[in-house]
Amino acid sequence: MSQQTPEGGNAVVTVTDLVAGYLPGVNILNGCSIEARPGELIGIIGPNGAGKSTLLKAMFGLVKIHSGKVVVRGRDITGLKANKLVSQGIGFVPQTNNVFATLTIEENMQMGMFQRPKDFKERFDFVTGIFPELGKRRQQRAGSLSGGERQMVAMGRALMMDPAVLLLDEPSAGLSPVKQDETFLRVHEINRAGVSVIMVEQNARRCLQICDRAYVLDQGRDAYTGTGRELLKDPKVIQLYLGTLAESA
Amino acid sequence: MANPTPDESGTAGVRTDAVDYMTDTRPIASEPAAPGCRKRDPILVAKNVTRAFGGINAVDVEYLEVPRHKITALIGPNGAGKTTFFNLLTGFDQPNSGEWTFDGTSLHGVPSYKVSRMGMVRTFQLTKVMGKLKVIENMRLGATRQEGEKLSKALFKNIWGGREREITRHADGLLEKFKLDTKREDYAASLSGGQRKLLEMARALMADPKLVMLDEPMAGVNPALTQSLLDHVRNLKSEGMTVLFVEHDMHMVRNIADWVVVMAEGRIVAEGPPAEVMKDQAVIDAYLGAHHDVDLGAAEGIEVLEHQLAQDKESVVGTADEGILGHGITEQDGRDPDEGRDRKDAP
Repeated sequence: MSQQTPEGGNAVVTVTDLVAGYLPGVNILNGCSIEARPGELIGIIGPNGAGKSTLLKAMFGLVKIHSGKVVVRGRDITGLKANKLVSQGIGFVPQTNNVFATLTIEENMQMGMFQRPKDFKERFDFVTGIFPELGKRRQQRAGSLSGGERQMVAMGRALMMDPAVLLLDEPSAGLSPVKQDETFLRVHEINRAGVSVIMVEQNARRCLQICDRAYVLDQGRDAYTGTGRELLKDPKVIQLYLGTLAESA
Repeated sequence: MANPTPDESGTAGVRTDAVDYMTDTRPIASEPAAPGCRKRDPILVAKNVTRAFGGINAVDVEYLEVPRHKITALIGPNGAGKTTFFNLLTGFDQPNSGEWTFDGTSLHGVPSYKVSRMGMVRTFQLTKVMGKLKVIENMRLGATRQEGEKLSKALFKNIWGGREREITRHADGLLEKFKLDTKREDYAASLSGGQRKLLEMARALMADPKLVMLDEPMAGVNPALTQSLLDHVRNLKSEGMTVLFVEHDMHMVRNIADWVVVMAEGRIVAEGPPAEVMKDQAVIDAYLGAHHDVDLGAAEGIEVLEHQLAQDKESVVGTADEGILGHGITEQDGRDPDEGRDRKDAP
């Protein structure tokens, strides 16, 4: 990663040599380094078990970091708890269990910004501008929503705090192809609205098409990086992660 | 070639004529390949199996037969319901409705441990090995008919000692085959992800199964181990077992599957031999989406996709609910050319 800026430079997020894992002595991340500059849409792809989700969880303080550093807008946030990170400008959308099922959509949004309840109305308007369905169905319980709708609730909740960077864990997983396409378009629009996005994706093709830069993770390390375009054409990436179906399409 | 009839194969795992299963070229299906088509010799038959999670139909399988002595791949995009279907068939989850039979016996409501005793064992996507037991102890756990499990008999080694020696011999044989014999005395927690997959597969074989169900055997496996895993799966077939596996890795599917079943959004959308299924438009759509040929990275890609989605009934684009989407359509005429629809990283 020759283009990496020095710590606290103009990057929104800099992750340096992160080593992290769920159990003592078993590391999932083995020295992973990534960086997101302001306004960038970063994709993270890689085979199952490469540590993609773990990387996001470690950045968001949900997995124990053994060594390495996470710097957000010049501040070292390594090992801070998730509730502190939200006020530092990080929003995280987990892949599963990402809504409070017994609460309504509106209450879910309130949970997203319990630290700044005064701005609720303004932010709720912003979020329902992106997802009009959430406004229309604000009194509906999140538990009764479909996978795609839950994904919207989770993404909306993360956006309530006006994050500088949004971490998305497989936003397209479990959605029909049309809903996946909508998700990618939405992520693209959210990014264009000024939110830096770091997105882990299993739909590598679509992810590489919309992202500015991407990292390919393998066995807990960043194996390759490049612009989405470059990686889409990279034979190694095609063979390993885009698969034969994608190649022929 | 004397192929075993369904009745003879009651002794699965015992090789009668190894060449048989590997070179059998008789057609698998007894009618043209289509979702739910009848097989010449099915081992597992599922009918109207459904499972809903809070309004989402995770599994809605009308009819499926799994051919005996063949390797069948169950593929489909994430969220298609493959693992849920596995869970239902093996008694790890209860369906909302449906019937299914294994070797002619109905398995509806049969708990998972009994399913495995009947000769239908499975592995998990996220391996479930006992980390604080040694590898060999993990293996012994997989065996059936263990007299020593009963308290009254546990006290007398002469009752179960013979069976335990037999189990250990069997386990050692399998460990050697799976190249785990050097790890015999290690704790399972110290194994790598790929080795755990192998251990789980070997442990499943301790039950002398007729049908082995593998949930993403390749997921998280080091590429160096891939080839040996493929060989192991092929060996299962040569030994007379039937294999049903869930997999994302198309290379593996193409390589070893005799038959491919494709699921999408809970339903079976296609079935057939691998080469044909991969060409099927329904499969390409399910995997890549009907609009997959639109390149979002191209200058006009996003606009093109939004236009296509606006024609699609399933999409919110072009409706009142589109939100930030679709303004490429509504504002198309008066749009500022510098609005930045082209890529940021474009030169």
